[in-house]
Amino acid sequence: MPPTALAASTPETAAPPLVGLRGVSKRYANGTLAVQGLDLEIGAGSFVSLLGPSGCGKSTVLRMIAGLTPPSAGRIDWPRGTPRLGFVFQEPTLMPWQRALDNVALPLKLARMARAERHARARRMLELVGLADFAGSYPRELSGGMRMRVSIARALVTEPELLLLDEPFAALDEITRFRLNNDLLRLWGERRFTAVFVTHSVFESVYLSQRVAVMAAHPGRLHAELPVEAPGARDEAFRTSPDYAALCRTVSTALEGAMAA
Amino acid sequence: MREGARILGLPLAAWPRILAPLLMATLLLGGWEIAVRHLGLPPYVLPGPVAIGGALAADLPTLASALAVTLRVTALALVAAVTTGVGLSLLFSGSRLMEMTFLPLAVMLQVTPIVAIAPLIIIWVDNVQAALLICAWIVAFFPILSNTTAGLNGTDRNLADLFRLYGASRWQTLWQLRLPWAMPFFLAGLRISGGLSLIGAVVAEFVAGAGGTGSGLAYRILEAGYQLQIPRMFAALALISLAGVVIFLALSLVSHLALRRWHESAVGKEH
Repeated sequence: MPPTALAASTPETAAPPLVGLRGVSKRYANGTLAVQGLDLEIGAGSFVSLLGPSGCGKSTVLRMIAGLTPPSAGRIDWPRGTPRLGFVFQEPTLMPWQRALDNVALPLKLARMARAERHARARRMLELVGLADFAGSYPRELSGGMRMRVSIARALVTEPELLLLDEPFAALDEITRFRLNNDLLRLWGERRFTAVFVTHSVFESVYLSQRVAVMAAHPGRLHAELPVEAPGARDEAFRTSPDYAALCRTVSTALEGAMAA
Repeated sequence: MREGARILGLPLAAWPRILAPLLMATLLLGGWEIAVRHLGLPPYVLPGPVAIGGALAADLPTLASALAVTLRVTALALVAAVTTGVGLSLLFSGSRLMEMTFLPLAVMLQVTPIVAIAPLIIIWVDNVQAALLICAWIVAFFPILSNTTAGLNGTDRNLADLFRLYGASRWQTLWQLRLPWAMPFFLAGLRISGGLSLIGAVVAEFVAGAGGTGSGLAYRILEAGYQLQIPRMFAALALISLAGVVIFLALSLVSHLALRRWHESAVGKEH
Protein backbone atom coordinates (compact mmCIF):
# COMPACT_ATOMS: atom_id res chain seq x y z
CA MET A 1 0.00 0.00 0.00
CA PRO A 2 1.52 3.32 -0.96
CA PRO A 3 1.87 5.62 2.03
CA THR A 4 -0.29 8.35 0.60
CA ALA A 5 -3.23 6.05 -0.04
CA LEU A 6 -4.77 6.72 3.30
CA ALA A 7 -8.15 5.28 2.50
CA ALA A 8 -7.18 2.06 4.18
CA SER A 9 -10.37 2.29 6.14
CA THR A 10 -11.57 -0.15 3.55
CA PRO A 11 -12.40 -3.25 5.53
CA GLU A 12 -9.09 -4.92 5.78
CA THR A 13 -8.52 -6.82 2.64
CA ALA A 14 -8.69 -10.55 2.14
CA ALA A 15 -5.23 -10.93 3.64
CA PRO A 16 -5.24 -12.07 7.27
CA PRO A 17 -4.65 -9.31 9.83
CA LEU A 18 -1.31 -8.88 11.53
CA VAL A 19 -2.90 -9.33 14.89
CA GLY A 20 -6.39 -10.21 16.05
CA LEU A 21 -7.72 -9.75 19.57
CA ARG A 22 -10.66 -12.04 20.28
CA GLY A 23 -12.77 -11.53 23.35
CA VAL A 24 -9.78 -10.24 25.26
CA SER A 25 -10.31 -9.33 28.92
CA LYS A 26 -7.91 -8.30 31.59
CA ARG A 27 -8.62 -8.42 35.28
CA TYR A 28 -5.84 -7.27 37.56
CA ALA A 29 -4.90 -9.05 40.76
CA ASN A 30 -6.71 -6.40 42.80
CA GLY A 31 -9.96 -7.28 41.04
CA THR A 32 -10.14 -4.29 38.69
CA LEU A 33 -11.55 -5.22 35.33
CA ALA A 34 -9.37 -3.16 33.02
CA VAL A 35 -10.54 -4.56 29.69
CA GLN A 36 -13.63 -6.59 28.87
CA GLY A 37 -14.40 -8.67 25.80
CA LEU A 38 -12.36 -6.72 23.32
CA ASP A 39 -12.42 -7.72 19.64
CA LEU A 40 -10.00 -5.88 17.42
CA GLU A 41 -8.21 -6.67 14.20
CA ILE A 42 -5.21 -4.77 13.00
CA GLY A 43 -4.21 -5.18 9.38
CA ALA A 44 -0.59 -5.34 8.31
CA GLY A 45 0.73 -1.91 7.40
CA SER A 46 -2.21 -0.03 8.91
CA PHE A 47 -2.18 2.83 11.38
CA VAL A 48 -4.77 2.35 14.11
CA SER A 49 -5.39 4.62 17.08
CA LEU A 50 -6.89 3.55 20.37
CA LEU A 51 -8.73 6.57 21.71
CA GLY A 52 -10.44 6.86 25.05
CA PRO A 53 -10.64 8.56 28.42
CA SER A 54 -8.08 7.66 31.04
CA GLY A 55 -8.92 4.41 32.73
CA CYS A 56 -10.41 2.81 29.63
CA GLY A 57 -7.64 0.23 29.49
CA LYS A 58 -6.11 1.36 26.22
CA SER A 59 -2.59 1.14 27.59
CA THR A 60 -3.44 -2.29 28.97
CA VAL A 61 -4.49 -3.40 25.48
CA LEU A 62 -1.16 -2.21 24.13
CA ARG A 63 0.74 -4.04 26.86
CA MET A 64 -1.18 -7.22 26.12
CA ILE A 65 -0.36 -6.96 22.42
CA ALA A 66 3.28 -6.44 23.38
CA GLY A 67 3.16 -9.54 25.55
CA LEU A 68 4.12 -7.54 28.63
CA THR A 69 1.00 -8.71 30.45
CA PRO A 70 -1.12 -11.75 29.60
CA PRO A 71 -4.88 -11.43 29.00
CA SER A 72 -7.02 -13.07 31.66
CA ALA A 73 -9.53 -14.25 29.05
CA GLY A 74 -9.74 -14.39 25.28
CA ARG A 75 -6.79 -14.75 22.98
CA ILE A 76 -4.45 -12.77 20.78
CA ASP A 77 -3.84 -14.31 17.36
CA TRP A 78 -0.90 -13.67 15.10
CA PRO A 79 -2.02 -15.20 11.75
CA ARG A 80 1.21 -14.12 10.07
CA GLY A 81 3.44 -15.22 12.92
CA THR A 82 4.71 -13.04 15.73
CA PRO A 83 6.27 -9.90 14.32
CA ARG A 84 9.23 -7.94 15.56
CA LEU A 85 7.95 -5.33 18.00
CA GLY A 86 8.86 -1.79 18.82
CA PHE A 87 7.41 -0.01 21.84
CA VAL A 88 7.35 3.70 22.60
CA PHE A 89 6.35 4.59 26.13
CA GLN A 90 4.62 7.67 27.47
CA GLU A 91 7.94 8.83 28.86
CA PRO A 92 11.07 8.72 26.73
CA THR A 93 12.28 5.95 29.10
CA LEU A 94 15.95 6.39 28.27
CA MET A 95 18.86 5.15 30.33
CA PRO A 96 20.32 8.36 31.74
CA TRP A 97 23.82 6.89 31.99
CA GLN A 98 24.05 6.12 28.29
CA ARG A 99 24.58 8.40 25.33
CA ALA A 100 21.77 8.80 22.81
CA LEU A 101 23.60 6.44 20.47
CA ASP A 102 23.84 3.68 23.04
CA ASN A 103 20.25 4.20 24.09
CA VAL A 104 19.14 3.67 20.49
CA ALA A 105 21.42 0.66 20.12
CA LEU A 106 20.08 -1.03 23.27
CA PRO A 107 17.72 -3.53 21.58
CA LEU A 108 20.55 -4.60 19.28
CA LYS A 109 22.95 -4.89 22.18
CA LEU A 110 20.50 -7.10 24.06
CA ALA A 111 20.34 -9.24 20.92
CA ARG A 112 24.14 -9.46 21.15
CA MET A 113 24.85 -7.72 17.87
CA ALA A 114 28.48 -6.69 17.39
CA ARG A 115 29.32 -3.21 18.57
CA ALA A 116 30.34 -1.67 15.24
CA GLU A 117 27.25 -2.98 13.48
CA ARG A 118 24.79 -1.87 16.14
CA HIS A 119 26.37 1.57 16.36
CA ALA A 120 26.16 1.98 12.59
CA ARG A 121 22.49 1.09 12.64
CA ALA A 122 21.76 3.29 15.64
CA ARG A 123 23.52 6.17 13.92
CA ARG A 124 21.36 5.72 10.84
CA MET A 125 18.25 5.75 13.02
CA LEU A 126 19.34 8.94 14.76
CA GLU A 127 19.81 10.53 11.34
CA LEU A 128 16.31 9.45 10.41
CA VAL A 129 14.81 11.28 13.40
CA GLY A 130 17.02 14.30 12.78
CA LEU A 131 19.39 13.81 15.69
CA ALA A 132 22.58 12.86 13.87
CA ASP A 133 24.50 15.56 15.72
CA PHE A 134 23.39 14.41 19.14
CA ALA A 135 24.63 10.82 19.11
CA GLY A 136 27.09 11.59 21.90
CA SER A 137 24.70 13.55 24.10
CA TYR A 138 23.33 12.21 27.33
CA PRO A 139 19.54 12.28 27.81
CA ARG A 140 19.64 15.10 30.35
CA GLU A 141 21.38 17.28 27.78
CA LEU A 142 18.45 16.87 25.35
CA SER A 143 15.06 18.60 25.28
CA GLY A 144 11.83 16.68 25.90
CA GLY A 145 11.06 16.46 22.19
CA MET A 146 14.56 15.27 21.37
CA ARG A 147 14.39 12.61 24.04
CA MET A 148 11.17 11.35 22.54
CA ARG A 149 12.84 11.22 19.13
CA VAL A 150 15.63 9.12 20.63
CA SER A 151 12.96 6.86 22.08
CA ILE A 152 11.31 6.49 18.68
CA ALA A 153 14.66 5.82 17.02
CA ARG A 154 15.27 3.07 19.59
CA ALA A 155 11.88 1.52 18.85
CA LEU A 156 12.61 1.54 15.12
CA VAL A 157 16.19 0.31 15.26
CA THR A 158 15.16 -3.34 15.12
CA GLU A 159 13.10 -2.62 11.97
CA PRO A 160 9.90 -3.68 13.71
CA GLU A 161 6.88 -4.88 11.80
CA LEU A 162 4.62 -3.63 14.56
CA LEU A 163 5.19 -0.36 16.38
CA LEU A 164 3.22 0.18 19.59
CA LEU A 165 3.02 3.72 20.91
CA ASP A 166 1.55 4.51 24.32
CA GLU A 167 0.60 8.21 24.38
CA PRO A 168 4.12 9.08 23.32
CA PHE A 169 3.56 12.80 22.82
CA ALA A 170 1.21 13.51 25.72
CA ALA A 171 3.82 15.31 27.75
CA LEU A 172 5.10 17.54 24.95
CA ASP A 173 4.08 21.04 23.99
CA GLU A 174 1.80 21.43 21.01
CA ILE A 175 4.38 22.69 18.54
CA THR A 176 6.72 19.81 19.31
CA ARG A 177 3.81 17.39 19.20
CA PHE A 178 2.76 18.53 15.73
CA ARG A 179 6.28 18.17 14.46
CA LEU A 180 6.62 14.70 15.93
CA ASN A 181 3.22 13.72 14.48
CA ASN A 182 4.55 14.63 11.04
CA ASP A 183 7.80 12.79 11.67
CA LEU A 184 5.90 9.71 12.73
CA LEU A 185 3.72 9.79 9.61
CA ARG A 186 6.77 10.22 7.41
CA LEU A 187 8.52 7.27 9.06
CA TRP A 188 5.39 5.17 8.75
CA GLY A 189 5.19 6.02 5.06
CA GLU A 190 8.84 5.20 4.48
CA ARG A 191 9.18 2.10 6.56
CA ARG A 192 5.77 0.48 6.21
CA PHE A 193 5.39 -0.82 9.72
CA THR A 194 2.04 -1.39 11.38
CA ALA A 195 1.30 1.21 14.02
CA VAL A 196 -0.99 1.03 17.04
CA PHE A 197 -1.16 4.42 18.67
CA VAL A 198 -2.75 5.01 22.07
CA THR A 199 -3.91 8.56 22.71
CA HIS A 200 -6.52 10.60 24.51
CA SER A 201 -6.45 13.32 21.86
CA VAL A 202 -9.20 13.27 19.26
CA PHE A 203 -7.19 15.57 17.00
CA GLU A 204 -4.07 13.47 17.17
CA SER A 205 -5.92 10.24 16.48
CA VAL A 206 -7.66 11.67 13.42
CA TYR A 207 -4.53 13.32 12.09
CA LEU A 208 -2.43 10.19 12.33
CA SER A 209 -4.54 7.14 11.77
CA GLN A 210 -6.54 5.28 9.18
CA ARG A 211 -8.87 3.91 11.80
CA VAL A 212 -9.79 5.09 15.28
CA ALA A 213 -10.97 2.57 17.84
CA VAL A 214 -12.90 4.50 20.48
CA MET A 215 -12.92 2.88 23.90
CA ALA A 216 -15.22 3.33 26.87
CA ALA A 217 -14.14 3.01 30.49
CA HIS A 218 -15.17 0.98 33.55
CA PRO A 219 -14.73 -1.63 32.32
CA GLY A 220 -12.55 -0.82 29.33
CA ARG A 221 -14.24 -1.96 26.14
CA LEU A 222 -14.53 -1.10 22.49
CA HIS A 223 -17.22 1.49 21.87
CA ALA A 224 -16.88 2.26 18.17
CA GLU A 225 -14.52 1.82 15.28
CA LEU A 226 -14.34 4.74 12.90
CA PRO A 227 -12.51 4.87 9.60
CA VAL A 228 -10.65 8.07 8.86
CA GLU A 229 -11.23 8.56 5.17
CA ALA A 230 -8.97 11.30 4.02
CA PRO A 231 -7.35 10.93 0.65
CA GLY A 232 -4.29 13.04 0.07
CA ALA A 233 -1.33 13.84 2.19
CA ARG A 234 -1.59 14.45 5.90
CA ASP A 235 0.10 17.78 6.43
CA GLU A 236 -0.60 21.24 7.76
CA ALA A 237 -3.12 21.79 4.98
CA PHE A 238 -5.00 18.70 6.12
CA ARG A 239 -4.80 19.83 9.74
CA THR A 240 -6.64 23.04 8.89
CA SER A 241 -9.05 21.57 6.33
CA PRO A 242 -12.83 21.32 6.77
CA ASP A 243 -12.53 17.57 6.13
CA TYR A 244 -10.27 17.25 9.14
CA ALA A 245 -12.66 19.31 11.26
CA ALA A 246 -15.60 17.16 10.18
CA LEU A 247 -13.72 13.94 10.95
CA CYS A 248 -12.72 15.31 14.34
CA ARG A 249 -16.34 16.14 15.05
CA THR A 250 -17.43 12.60 14.17
CA VAL A 251 -14.77 11.02 16.37
CA SER A 252 -15.46 13.51 19.13
CA THR A 253 -19.14 12.62 19.11
CA ALA A 254 -18.24 8.93 19.30
CA LEU A 255 -15.97 9.68 22.24
CA GLU A 256 -18.75 11.56 24.01
CA GLY A 257 -20.95 8.57 23.42
CA ALA A 258 -18.27 6.37 24.92
CA MET A 259 -18.01 8.59 27.99
CA ALA A 260 -21.77 8.47 28.49
CA ALA A 261 -21.97 4.73 27.87
CA MET B 1 27.42 30.32 28.82
CA ARG B 2 29.14 33.66 29.36
CA GLU B 3 32.74 33.35 30.42
CA GLY B 4 32.79 35.29 33.71
CA ALA B 5 35.72 36.83 35.51
CA ARG B 6 38.12 34.38 37.13
CA ILE B 7 40.40 34.56 40.13
CA LEU B 8 43.16 31.95 40.36
CA GLY B 9 41.43 30.01 37.62
CA LEU B 10 38.17 29.69 39.55
CA PRO B 11 35.03 31.47 38.39
CA LEU B 12 33.98 34.35 40.58
CA ALA B 13 30.76 32.62 41.55
CA ALA B 14 32.65 29.65 43.02
CA TRP B 15 34.56 31.71 45.58
CA PRO B 16 31.83 32.24 48.19
CA ARG B 17 31.58 28.47 48.56
CA ILE B 18 35.23 28.39 49.56
CA LEU B 19 35.52 31.71 51.36
CA ALA B 20 32.36 31.55 53.47
CA PRO B 21 33.29 28.41 55.43
CA LEU B 22 36.91 29.61 55.74
CA LEU B 23 35.75 32.93 57.16
CA MET B 24 33.42 31.12 59.54
CA ALA B 25 36.27 28.87 60.72
CA THR B 26 38.62 31.82 61.20
CA LEU B 27 36.07 33.74 63.25
CA LEU B 28 35.29 30.68 65.36
CA LEU B 29 38.92 29.83 66.08
CA GLY B 30 39.83 33.49 66.63
CA GLY B 31 36.94 33.94 69.04
CA TRP B 32 37.92 30.76 70.84
CA GLU B 33 41.55 31.87 71.24
CA ILE B 34 40.52 35.33 72.43
CA ALA B 35 38.00 33.88 74.89
CA VAL B 36 40.57 31.47 76.34
CA ARG B 37 43.11 34.24 76.81
CA HIS B 38 40.64 36.78 78.05
CA LEU B 39 39.09 34.46 80.62
CA GLY B 40 42.50 33.12 81.57
CA LEU B 41 41.39 29.49 81.20
CA PRO B 42 44.15 27.04 82.04
CA PRO B 43 45.08 24.68 79.16
CA TYR B 44 43.95 21.60 81.11
CA VAL B 45 40.41 22.96 81.11
CA LEU B 46 40.24 24.40 77.62
CA PRO B 47 43.31 24.99 75.49
CA GLY B 48 43.16 27.59 72.74
CA PRO B 49 43.70 26.76 69.07
CA VAL B 50 47.30 28.00 69.27
CA ALA B 51 48.14 25.58 72.07
CA ILE B 52 46.38 22.76 70.22
CA GLY B 53 48.32 23.56 67.06
CA GLY B 54 51.51 23.50 69.09
CA ALA B 55 50.65 20.10 70.54
CA LEU B 56 49.81 18.82 67.09
CA ALA B 57 53.15 19.95 65.73
CA ALA B 58 55.07 18.56 68.69
CA ASP B 59 53.39 15.15 68.70
CA LEU B 60 52.92 14.84 64.99
CA PRO B 61 54.95 11.61 64.52
CA THR B 62 52.99 9.76 67.23
CA LEU B 63 49.65 11.20 66.19
CA ALA B 64 50.26 10.59 62.50
CA SER B 65 51.08 6.93 63.03
CA ALA B 66 48.00 6.61 65.27
CA LEU B 67 45.94 8.25 62.52
CA ALA B 68 47.33 5.76 60.02
CA VAL B 69 46.22 2.89 62.28
CA THR B 70 42.70 4.28 62.62
CA LEU B 71 42.44 5.04 58.92
CA ARG B 72 43.52 1.52 58.07
CA VAL B 73 40.69 0.06 60.15
CA THR B 74 38.32 2.64 58.62
CA ALA B 75 39.31 1.80 55.06
CA LEU B 76 39.13 -1.96 55.59
CA ALA B 77 35.74 -1.59 57.28
CA LEU B 78 34.47 0.49 54.39
CA VAL B 79 35.68 -2.07 51.86
CA ALA B 80 34.00 -4.83 53.89
CA ALA B 81 30.84 -2.73 54.16
CA VAL B 82 30.73 -2.15 50.40
CA THR B 83 31.31 -5.82 49.62
CA THR B 84 28.79 -7.20 52.09
CA GLY B 85 26.31 -4.36 51.62
CA VAL B 86 26.21 -4.67 47.85
CA GLY B 87 26.35 -8.48 48.00
CA LEU B 88 23.46 -8.71 50.44
CA SER B 89 21.36 -6.18 48.53
CA LEU B 90 21.84 -8.24 45.35
CA LEU B 91 20.71 -11.27 47.31
CA PHE B 92 17.73 -9.37 48.74
CA SER B 93 16.65 -8.02 45.38
CA GLY B 94 16.90 -11.49 43.88
CA SER B 95 14.83 -13.16 46.56
CA ARG B 96 12.12 -11.70 48.71
CA LEU B 97 12.45 -14.61 51.11
CA MET B 98 16.10 -13.73 51.73
CA GLU B 99 15.12 -10.14 52.37
CA MET B 100 12.39 -11.12 54.82
CA THR B 101 14.82 -13.45 56.60
CA PHE B 102 17.87 -11.26 56.91
CA LEU B 103 16.67 -7.66 56.82
CA PRO B 104 15.39 -7.69 60.43
CA LEU B 105 18.79 -8.94 61.55
CA ALA B 106 20.52 -6.16 59.65
CA VAL B 107 18.14 -3.59 61.15
CA MET B 108 18.83 -4.96 64.63
CA LEU B 109 22.56 -4.64 64.12
CA GLN B 110 22.02 -1.11 62.89
CA VAL B 111 19.80 0.15 65.71
CA THR B 112 21.76 -1.43 68.59
CA PRO B 113 24.30 1.16 69.76
CA ILE B 114 27.77 0.06 68.79
CA VAL B 115 29.18 1.04 72.23
CA ALA B 116 26.89 -1.60 73.71
CA ILE B 117 28.02 -4.42 71.42
CA ALA B 118 31.67 -3.47 71.12
CA PRO B 119 32.70 -4.91 74.52
CA LEU B 120 31.16 -8.24 73.60
CA ILE B 121 32.90 -8.35 70.27
CA ILE B 122 36.19 -7.45 71.89
CA ILE B 123 35.73 -10.31 74.36
CA TRP B 124 34.78 -12.81 71.67
CA VAL B 125 37.38 -11.91 69.10
CA ASP B 126 40.94 -12.44 70.23
CA ASN B 127 42.57 -10.29 67.61
CA VAL B 128 42.03 -6.66 68.58
CA GLN B 129 42.40 -5.36 65.02
CA ALA B 130 39.81 -7.83 63.81
CA ALA B 131 37.46 -6.82 66.63
CA LEU B 132 37.83 -3.14 65.70
CA LEU B 133 37.22 -3.98 62.08
CA ILE B 134 34.02 -5.88 62.92
CA CYS B 135 32.71 -2.98 65.02
CA ALA B 136 33.39 -0.41 62.33
CA TRP B 137 31.87 -2.69 59.70
CA ILE B 138 28.65 -3.15 61.72
CA VAL B 139 28.18 0.61 61.83
CA ALA B 140 29.09 1.19 58.21
CA PHE B 141 27.39 -1.51 56.20
CA PHE B 142 23.73 -0.69 56.76
CA PRO B 143 23.46 2.55 54.74
CA ILE B 144 25.04 0.78 51.78
CA LEU B 145 22.76 -2.22 52.17
CA SER B 146 19.55 -0.22 52.48
CA ASN B 147 20.39 2.34 49.79
CA THR B 148 21.58 -0.19 47.24
CA THR B 149 18.55 -2.39 47.90
CA ALA B 150 16.27 0.60 47.35
CA GLY B 151 18.10 1.38 44.11
CA LEU B 152 17.98 -2.19 42.82
CA ASN B 153 14.28 -2.51 43.60
CA GLY B 154 13.41 0.94 42.29
CA THR B 155 14.32 0.35 38.65
CA ASP B 156 12.12 2.32 36.27
CA ARG B 157 9.22 0.01 35.39
CA ASN B 158 9.09 1.03 31.77
CA LEU B 159 12.79 0.41 31.30
CA ALA B 160 12.36 -2.98 32.92
CA ASP B 161 9.49 -3.70 30.51
CA LEU B 162 11.65 -2.60 27.62
CA PHE B 163 14.38 -5.03 28.62
CA ARG B 164 11.76 -7.78 28.89
CA LEU B 165 10.32 -6.87 25.50
CA TYR B 166 13.70 -7.30 23.86
CA GLY B 167 14.27 -10.62 25.58
CA ALA B 168 17.05 -9.51 27.90
CA SER B 169 18.46 -12.26 30.10
CA ARG B 170 18.48 -11.85 33.88
CA TRP B 171 22.18 -11.20 33.67
CA GLN B 172 21.81 -8.50 31.02
CA THR B 173 19.06 -6.84 33.03
CA LEU B 174 21.23 -6.88 36.13
CA TRP B 175 24.39 -5.50 34.51
CA GLN B 176 22.92 -3.12 32.01
CA LEU B 177 19.90 -1.86 33.89
CA ARG B 178 19.56 -2.57 37.59
CA LEU B 179 23.14 -2.02 38.71
CA PRO B 180 23.60 1.26 36.80
CA TRP B 181 20.18 2.37 38.00
CA ALA B 182 21.18 1.66 41.62
CA MET B 183 24.48 3.52 41.25
CA PRO B 184 23.38 6.94 42.60
CA PHE B 185 21.65 5.23 45.53
CA PHE B 186 24.76 3.20 46.28
CA LEU B 187 26.99 6.27 46.10
CA ALA B 188 24.72 8.19 48.48
CA GLY B 189 25.01 5.26 50.90
CA LEU B 190 28.77 5.16 50.40
CA ARG B 191 29.16 8.79 51.45
CA ILE B 192 27.31 8.11 54.69
CA SER B 193 29.17 4.87 55.32
CA GLY B 194 32.57 6.50 54.87
CA GLY B 195 31.98 8.75 57.85
CA LEU B 196 30.32 5.99 59.82
CA SER B 197 33.19 3.55 59.43
CA LEU B 198 35.52 6.18 60.91
CA ILE B 199 33.13 6.69 63.81
CA GLY B 200 32.80 2.93 64.24
CA ALA B 201 36.56 2.50 64.28
CA VAL B 202 37.07 5.28 66.84
CA VAL B 203 34.28 4.08 69.12
CA ALA B 204 35.64 0.54 69.03
CA GLU B 205 39.13 1.79 69.84
CA PHE B 206 37.73 3.67 72.82
CA VAL B 207 36.00 0.58 74.12
CA ALA B 208 38.98 -1.66 73.46
CA GLY B 209 41.36 0.88 74.95
CA ALA B 210 44.09 -1.02 73.19
CA GLY B 211 47.49 0.47 73.88
CA GLY B 212 50.92 -0.29 72.59
CA THR B 213 52.55 0.52 69.33
CA GLY B 214 49.71 -0.36 67.00
CA SER B 215 47.15 1.85 68.69
CA GLY B 216 44.87 4.32 66.98
CA LEU B 217 43.83 7.91 67.59
CA ALA B 218 41.12 7.08 70.11
CA TYR B 219 43.69 5.44 72.36
CA ARG B 220 45.87 8.53 72.04
CA ILE B 221 42.94 10.62 73.20
CA LEU B 222 42.36 8.36 76.20
CA GLU B 223 46.05 8.33 77.01
CA ALA B 224 46.34 12.12 76.77
CA GLY B 225 43.27 12.40 78.98
CA TYR B 226 44.80 10.21 81.68
CA GLN B 227 47.96 12.29 81.53
CA LEU B 228 45.96 15.52 81.55
CA GLN B 229 47.63 16.62 78.31
CA ILE B 230 44.49 18.30 77.15
CA PRO B 231 45.99 20.18 74.13
CA ARG B 232 47.22 16.84 72.80
CA MET B 233 43.80 15.36 73.32
CA PHE B 234 42.32 18.16 71.24
CA ALA B 235 45.01 17.72 68.62
CA ALA B 236 44.04 14.06 68.20
CA LEU B 237 40.39 15.04 68.09
CA ALA B 238 41.12 17.63 65.39
CA LEU B 239 42.88 14.96 63.35
CA ILE B 240 39.86 12.67 63.59
CA SER B 241 37.51 15.44 62.44
CA LEU B 242 39.86 16.36 59.63
CA ALA B 243 40.05 12.73 58.53
CA GLY B 244 36.25 12.54 58.54
CA VAL B 245 35.95 15.64 56.40
CA VAL B 246 38.58 14.38 53.96
CA ILE B 247 36.81 11.00 53.68
CA PHE B 248 33.51 12.76 52.98
CA LEU B 249 35.06 15.05 50.36
CA ALA B 250 36.88 12.18 48.67
CA LEU B 251 33.72 10.08 48.45
CA SER B 252 31.74 13.10 47.23
CA LEU B 253 34.31 13.54 44.49
CA VAL B 254 34.04 9.86 43.54
CA SER B 255 30.27 10.23 43.41
CA HIS B 256 30.48 13.40 41.34
CA LEU B 257 32.87 11.86 38.83
CA ALA B 258 30.75 8.77 38.48
CA LEU B 259 27.50 10.63 37.95
CA ARG B 260 28.41 13.95 36.40
CA ARG B 261 27.25 13.10 32.92
CA TRP B 262 23.87 11.74 33.78
CA HIS B 263 22.47 12.32 37.20
CA GLU B 264 20.63 15.46 38.24
CA SER B 265 22.22 15.47 41.69
CA ALA B 266 25.61 15.95 40.07
CA VAL B 267 24.52 18.66 37.69
CA GLY B 268 24.42 21.57 40.08
CA LYS B 269 22.54 24.67 39.13
CA GLU B 270 23.90 25.38 35.68
CA HIS B 271 20.65 24.46 33.98
